[in-house]
Amino acid sequence: MMRALLTMVLGVLIAGPVAAEPWDATLAEARGQTVYWNAWGGDEQINGYIAWIGMQMRQRHGIELVHVKLTDTAEAVARVVAEKAAGRNEGGSVDLIWLNGENFAAMKAGDLLFGPFVEQLPNFRYVDTRDKPTTLVDFTVPTDGLEAPWGMAQFVFFHDTAVVAEPPRSIRALLDWARAHPGRFAYPAPPDFIGSTFLKHVLVELIADPAILQQPAESADFEAVTGSLWQWLEEIRPYLWRKGETFPVSGPALHQLLDDGEVDFSMAFNPAEASAAIGAGRLPESVRTFILDAGTIGNTHFVAIPFNAAHKAGAMVVADFLMSPEAQVHKQDPRVWGDGTVLDLDAMAPADRARFEALPRGIATLAPEQLVPVRPEPHPSWMVAIEAEWLRRFSS
Amino acid sequence: MLRFLPAITLLVFLGPVAAGLAGTLLPAFGYLPALGGEEVSLAPWRRLAAAPGIGTAVRLTLTSGVLSTLLALALTIFVFAAGHGTQALTRVKRAMTPLLAVPHLATAVGLAFLIAPSGWLVRLIAPWPSGWQTPPDVALVQDHLGLALTLGLVLKETPFLVLMTFGALGQVRADDQLRMARSLGYGLVQAWLKVVLPLVYPQIRLPVYAVLAYSLSVVDMAIVLGPTTPPTLAPLVLRWFNDPDLAMRFQAAAGACLQFGLVAVAIGVWRAAEAALGCLARPWLSGGARGGAGTVARAAAWAGLALLFGLSSGSLLSLAIWSVAGRWRFPNAWPEQLSLERWADQAPALSGPAWTTLVVGIAAAVIALVLVAGCLENESRRQRRPAPGALTLIYLPLLVPQIGFLFGVQVLLVWADLDGGWLALIWTHLLFVLPYVFLALADPYRSLDPRYARSALALGRPPWVVWTRIKLVMLLRPILIALALGFAVSVAQYVPTLFAGGGRFSTLTTEALSLSAGGNRRVVGLFALTLAVLPLLGFGLALALPAWRFRHRRAMRVGA
Repeated sequence: MMRALLTMVLGVLIAGPVAAEPWDATLAEARGQTVYWNAWGGDEQINGYIAWIGMQMRQRHGIELVHVKLTDTAEAVARVVAEKAAGRNEGGSVDLIWLNGENFAAMKAGDLLFGPFVEQLPNFRYVDTRDKPTTLVDFTVPTDGLEAPWGMAQFVFFHDTAVVAEPPRSIRALLDWARAHPGRFAYPAPPDFIGSTFLKHVLVELIADPAILQQPAESADFEAVTGSLWQWLEEIRPYLWRKGETFPVSGPALHQLLDDGEVDFSMAFNPAEASAAIGAGRLPESVRTFILDAGTIGNTHFVAIPFNAAHKAGAMVVADFLMSPEAQVHKQDPRVWGDGTVLDLDAMAPADRARFEALPRGIATLAPEQLVPVRPEPHPSWMVAIEAEWLRRFSS
Repeated sequence: MLRFLPAITLLVFLGPVAAGLAGTLLPAFGYLPALGGEEVSLAPWRRLAAAPGIGTAVRLTLTSGVLSTLLALALTIFVFAAGHGTQALTRVKRAMTPLLAVPHLATAVGLAFLIAPSGWLVRLIAPWPSGWQTPPDVALVQDHLGLALTLGLVLKETPFLVLMTFGALGQVRADDQLRMARSLGYGLVQAWLKVVLPLVYPQIRLPVYAVLAYSLSVVDMAIVLGPTTPPTLAPLVLRWFNDPDLAMRFQAAAGACLQFGLVAVAIGVWRAAEAALGCLARPWLSGGARGGAGTVARAAAWAGLALLFGLSSGSLLSLAIWSVAGRWRFPNAWPEQLSLERWADQAPALSGPAWTTLVVGIAAAVIALVLVAGCLENESRRQRRPAPGALTLIYLPLLVPQIGFLFGVQVLLVWADLDGGWLALIWTHLLFVLPYVFLALADPYRSLDPRYARSALALGRPPWVVWTRIKLVMLLRPILIALALGFAVSVAQYVPTLFAGGGRFSTLTTEALSLSAGGNRRVVGLFALTLAVLPLLGFGLALALPAWRFRHRRAMRVGA
């Protein structure tokens, strides 16, 4: 009894005045923290947006946000894994990770994530979990409150209307087109996520029953399911840019090739990216986007906190602000980034809703009704297996 | 204190290399308890042998590394054979220093901008006279033979070898030898090749091996210019180290050992080839053929040099133009608009990495200088030269591939809870900065006339004062050059920053490399240009400061 009392008194002394609300306590704890946010850094528009977030966090909450720029999200996962292996269970070097899909699945499976924390975040109530089910299920894997939704993405293809008036709208038609125009098509080398997602589109269209992709790859006959994918890739290879001997390193690198006239198509996981690139003078004005007749894959991207993050409170405050109407509307502005919101416009204050509705769409961006159907992401294990097989076949 | 400094220096910077090698070797044989590797086994090596593309990666590593070293050495030799003692060569020397200062990555990015199918050179001849409306579909960078990487390495390694040869010439009294040979009727080129080269080559042997080791294990340049499917060995190993599947680390460690082995074997074979060539060339050396004016050799040397300077300066220029370019479509030879807006936009993103680069570079260079100057002063007071083997020790971090021991260093840092801090970062940079500072300072320090110090001591000044007021001041120029070189070396480090910084530190080099994946030439150009300019500013200061300090001292001016 005595000891319990003593502990309580000491606890109060150490913690200072007890905050009324748990969120206020989090805010208080976050003040003065430096949050290391590990996020892919290959697009300076996104980098600019993250820098803007950093500025807001400094002004509003006294948090110093450091953008650790990655060339591949797997690097951050690897770092957390290595720290766990070395027994560093607190004071880890990664506070927040931008991720989804196989990286989330790997971290969740490895107990590498802090949480569940998402439902404690005040701005989570604005998230449209009903009409945007991918905010709760990431590549078929339930998020279980371990990652906070940040943005909506859908895969689109770019073409230059001044060169290709009518683009092929199916994977099979694309092969015919490439045969007729050797050297004018390329896809980024997996495991770059644009390249990997392109392979998924090929696979989804060529297999008899795409439903099998919703199950883990281990439970299926990998060779039988993916055979048509490899056949298609081998068939198109001699007609690819550089005869398929080398591949662009990323989506933005492919945009540059399109701008240079080296290829006639590009691709992105953001319907507004083409408009943004045109606005920034990185693509010709005549570029437009299109999707396949069978639709393209859509998903949600998230932020998560590693189990051993040194600054969890700060990371939660950042994750919360990322879901705020203010941060989301700024993100969706095609002049800033053009990334789709995860929020439900009906749930927010009329003034916020009006700001969303006032956003311009961008000259190359398709209207929402043109971006259908949206295909689901396969189970992440397929991606891991396909990337490994691609490396075996195309990188030796 | 001073007498312990050489030992401390060796410990500070050889300790991590040795420990790092051990820390890489053990996981390569399956032992790394933190990751569940409790038993020694050959499994990592079996996985390495089965890794996709490993054979091609090794072949590409060897061809690009050996070919670039051969070309750089050949160009160096021909430049000296053709131009020894001429005014032109003095100008070449002056022009080489800035080329040496520019970090590898900046040269690589600029070269890619220049020679890519959509690069500046093709734009100059398209659409007229080539008739190209779209860029030709040929891999001119990231080609699957690694030729672009080879070219990039030649551009960067030739200046190093040329400057090292200048230093070596002073030690072999080349001028006298050459005059003798000339008076016997040998042509200029023949005289140099037959008389000077056999004397100079042993002096530049270690620098040549350093170039070979570097070229075989380069990462940043290989990512930008080298083939990608698969890349050369070092970037491939780095990719495995970053894999979330921890089992890959064992394979990566084995790959790092293979990298180490490749370098060791390459140096060994090179050494054997030197000996064989020495024997084979004996009849030619002593055959007495005088040779002619060497017109062809001269033309080749100057053409090679012109190409080197043209490509190097063209690379820097294309970085500068892309950093201010607006719309610039193929095949236009010039951007439609130029604007400084992007510099203003990117200033916040640029400043953080630029500060980190400056702080680490200056700290590492200053620490290296203190250690090196201390060691040299100790040597001069005790009047004892270190054994020749000591020089090899100094070179060790330059001969061991970075990827071969930095993983072990990282394990060590994590274990000591030092990773991701400034101390670890600066220390790791110091490993590579210190040898260069030593190389730059040792000769001037040792050749300073000892009578100055002796007179001052005889006049009753304590050694400490003599050192700081006389020797260091007289050596201000080489000291500043050594500092600038050390700074330039630090600025260019990629793999050490990655491994010791724990991802928390981004320097201009790491930033430029991660942006280069994005392919926005404007922003990449801007970062790469800043990366190139910082070391150049350092050298500029190193030249300007003594000129200002000694403006009233005629005997201390250049050339005096």
